[in-house]
Amino acid sequence: MAHHDCTEHSRSALLRKAVAQAGAGLPDIEAGMPLPAGTGLDRRSFIARSVGLAIAVYGATALTPRALDHGIAQALAAGPSDTVLVTVFLDGGIDSLSVLFPYGDPDYRRLRPKLALADSGLVFPEDTRLRWHPSAAGFHTLHAEGKLAVLPAVGYTNADQSHFTSRHYWEVGDTDPRLQTGWLGRYLDRVGKADNPLQGVSLDGELSPSLATAKKPVAALSGPGDYSFWAPGVYGQVEDRMLSAIGSLGSSRGHDKALAGAREVTFQSHRLRQQLAPFNGGFQPPVPYPKSNSGFPDQMAGLAAMLAAGLPLHCVAISANGGYDTHSDQAQDLSDNLDLASKTLLAFQRDLEARGLGNRVLTLVWSEFGRRAEENGSDGTDHGAAGIGLLMGSRVRGTMIGEFPGLRGGLDEDGNLKATVDYRTIYSSVLEQWLSTDAAAVIPHAKSFGRVPLLR
Amino acid sequence: MSSARRIPVYRGHFGPEQAERLLWRAGFGPRPGEEKRLAKKGLRGAVHSLTHPPRDRLIGPKPVDDDGHPIAPIDAWGHDHLWWLDRMVRSNRPLVERMTLVWHDWFATSNAGVGSQRLMLQQNGLFRSHGLGSFSNLLLAVTRDPAMLLWLNGTDNEKDAPNENYGREMMELFTLGASRGYSERDVREQARALTGWRNDWNDDKGPVNFRFDRQRHDTGAKKIFGKRGHFDWQDSCRLAVHHPKHASFFVAKLWSYFVPTDPPAATRHALERLYVGNHYAIGPVVEAILKHPLLYNGPRMVKPPAVYLAGMLRARRRGIDTEAWTWLSSQAGQQLFYPPNVAGWDDTRWLDTASFLARWNLAGRVLRPSVLKGEDKAPLNAEKLLDLALAYWGHPRLTPPTKRALKSFAHHAITDADRKWKKEQYPPLIENALRHLIAVSPDQQTS
Repeated sequence: MAHHDCTEHSRSALLRKAVAQAGAGLPDIEAGMPLPAGTGLDRRSFIARSVGLAIAVYGATALTPRALDHGIAQALAAGPSDTVLVTVFLDGGIDSLSVLFPYGDPDYRRLRPKLALADSGLVFPEDTRLRWHPSAAGFHTLHAEGKLAVLPAVGYTNADQSHFTSRHYWEVGDTDPRLQTGWLGRYLDRVGKADNPLQGVSLDGELSPSLATAKKPVAALSGPGDYSFWAPGVYGQVEDRMLSAIGSLGSSRGHDKALAGAREVTFQSHRLRQQLAPFNGGFQPPVPYPKSNSGFPDQMAGLAAMLAAGLPLHCVAISANGGYDTHSDQAQDLSDNLDLASKTLLAFQRDLEARGLGNRVLTLVWSEFGRRAEENGSDGTDHGAAGIGLLMGSRVRGTMIGEFPGLRGGLDEDGNLKATVDYRTIYSSVLEQWLSTDAAAVIPHAKSFGRVPLLR
Repeated sequence: MSSARRIPVYRGHFGPEQAERLLWRAGFGPRPGEEKRLAKKGLRGAVHSLTHPPRDRLIGPKPVDDDGHPIAPIDAWGHDHLWWLDRMVRSNRPLVERMTLVWHDWFATSNAGVGSQRLMLQQNGLFRSHGLGSFSNLLLAVTRDPAMLLWLNGTDNEKDAPNENYGREMMELFTLGASRGYSERDVREQARALTGWRNDWNDDKGPVNFRFDRQRHDTGAKKIFGKRGHFDWQDSCRLAVHHPKHASFFVAKLWSYFVPTDPPAATRHALERLYVGNHYAIGPVVEAILKHPLLYNGPRMVKPPAVYLAGMLRARRRGIDTEAWTWLSSQAGQQLFYPPNVAGWDDTRWLDTASFLARWNLAGRVLRPSVLKGEDKAPLNAEKLLDLALAYWGHPRLTPPTKRALKSFAHHAITDADRKWKKEQYPPLIENALRHLIAVSPDQQTS
């Protein structure tokens, strides 16, 4: 339900869509807020015939769709040698103190008189104070198998409690509101191909700001749906003429920005109508995924299928199901959403294993912040600081990164959890250990953040 | 008023073309011939007629559903959208309806979170009655409005357990702008000041009996924007409106609804002085914006879907007679009473390949009842067919490239008619196509 969300959160979701809009700024009311990385990047939609996908490409404006399609085909022919990094975003600031809750902390029940969870029996051997949420059984399983590294308090100092700003910091890999490239975008600018947009793919239908590049192309995938134009009282030869006239209406430009924009969209619509061939996206995963109205299980199953088909994907960004901005009625909402998210991620890992892809993929699960230790009066929790992060994969060294600081000494002056590991430590370690690149060339001040061993 | 004198006023020719733009920006487009009648009043008279409208009157057929029954805006899903769309189409006070839409976007409340069409319509009435009045009073009314209290957890906010949602957004989105002159401390203190609202639940009606309950209010001292006092919800609103950063936020945001480019610095400052000097009255600022040269000389704006659809229906003098408008408008990106979030709709991205198709379908649905059949008569002449199609829409002004594209289409389609039966049957089909193409043309998507 939308009213469980705080509104600043839903607003940030909207603003992010502006990223997809060529040249579009954010509304004036956003003065002072950082622009999402990638805002204003040119977006072009086309069918990559080599792989049968409708994609929207961002950046690399000098290249024609034909050249991009050629680039994809070449990367496809070169074969899947790359490792793959998947980032999964839990939108809204998930309550880390429920996902892995401090059952044995003497202050837990005092701060959470209504929301404190009963012993789930899902123990966390690395820190016996902690228990997994009953809906996080999938994570418990993966952790027991040594395929899940847990960051119980990841964040940064002086945490910003705005969804929008904190998410931006995570996306750009720096606490700089002006930075306009994503941390993975800068990595791809360094090592990526000039003509393979699938090297950085957002599965949310629009560019994920962490993938925003300055030079190299990246893409957003979405199914085409039914894209046909029907006009009452027009058919046959006249209809054919009419449909091509849409293209003529969009073919001139002129100086007026709104008019030129409307003409551009008219022309793009004309092109898209012509291009959209039948799109068969029926994936047959080798393992069962949870059934849900949310697209998340299907998207993850589709991702595994694309990797199995050898598509040249390298960095992938996706938002998980649900919203985690639980200002009210947290217990049920969080339980439902966490259940689907953790089951889907477990299914994805199993899928990769079944397809022999387990060693190629590392999945990073993140959220823009955790939530306040003390519950509010609406059976919910307000914005906090440090939160939970997860690293999943067959090659992950499945031990805790950082520690749980405890509720007595581990809270800041606002009553929010203090970070015991900086997110840029994780980014730098992922870049160096998984993507084999110099973190200093991607993350500002990378030297000032430590490194942690991520892989076995 | 000395400040008003320093705001530039449009001095160019005020003819039907200028009146047409004014009607699109300050309303929902002209009814047939309306722009000519308005142009005769001159700029000042025209703007005055919009800002000082006659008594509320709805002109034309009453709204009905697909079966011809009266709509049920409080009870039937989607009829809330039809109810307001009907006002946009039939009202004799277009600016009042347009300002209602502005406030719906400014204080964007979604029934997805409120869950009561009754309360949403009640809030809508508030926007309509305060639309050109005092912003201070509007903010006070919104702060205690039941739909808003539900939407931003106002009734969850009590002294023992403050909920920051409304306090934060009131400053961030409604009065000051993000990170403009307030701190996290101010958010928390505002939340305390705003405590005390509650409501009951009625199994038939849902949430009812919204009221201020002193027992739930935090009566302690608060420090907001450096001022200390035993502030309550009214103080909370007053402090935000009197904040030195409020007037600049208000003017920039209000301006952006009418003109797509930023106001020049001198205009901005003069409008801020006008606003503060008139004790936060909205009307004079709107009036000054509607007379500003940039509204007439400046660039075009994309019409929001509700404006686009209401405009087509006004041009055709057609009332609300189908529930399809609700879902078609939703596909076009604007279902009334369901803004995407509290920031309202993003005016920078109304048009993309998906919403273009939705607008195409909206236009098609407007055209359907008057569509010509193959046996209907129409001239076998491209120019005449185009003239007829333009007359169908009340002679909207088109740019030369659009006119060329339409003529070229009609010309080629007529050339295709190389047999006798085609010469008879193609013209009405071409006429239908021309009407549709005009409606979706880039010219008509913008104003």
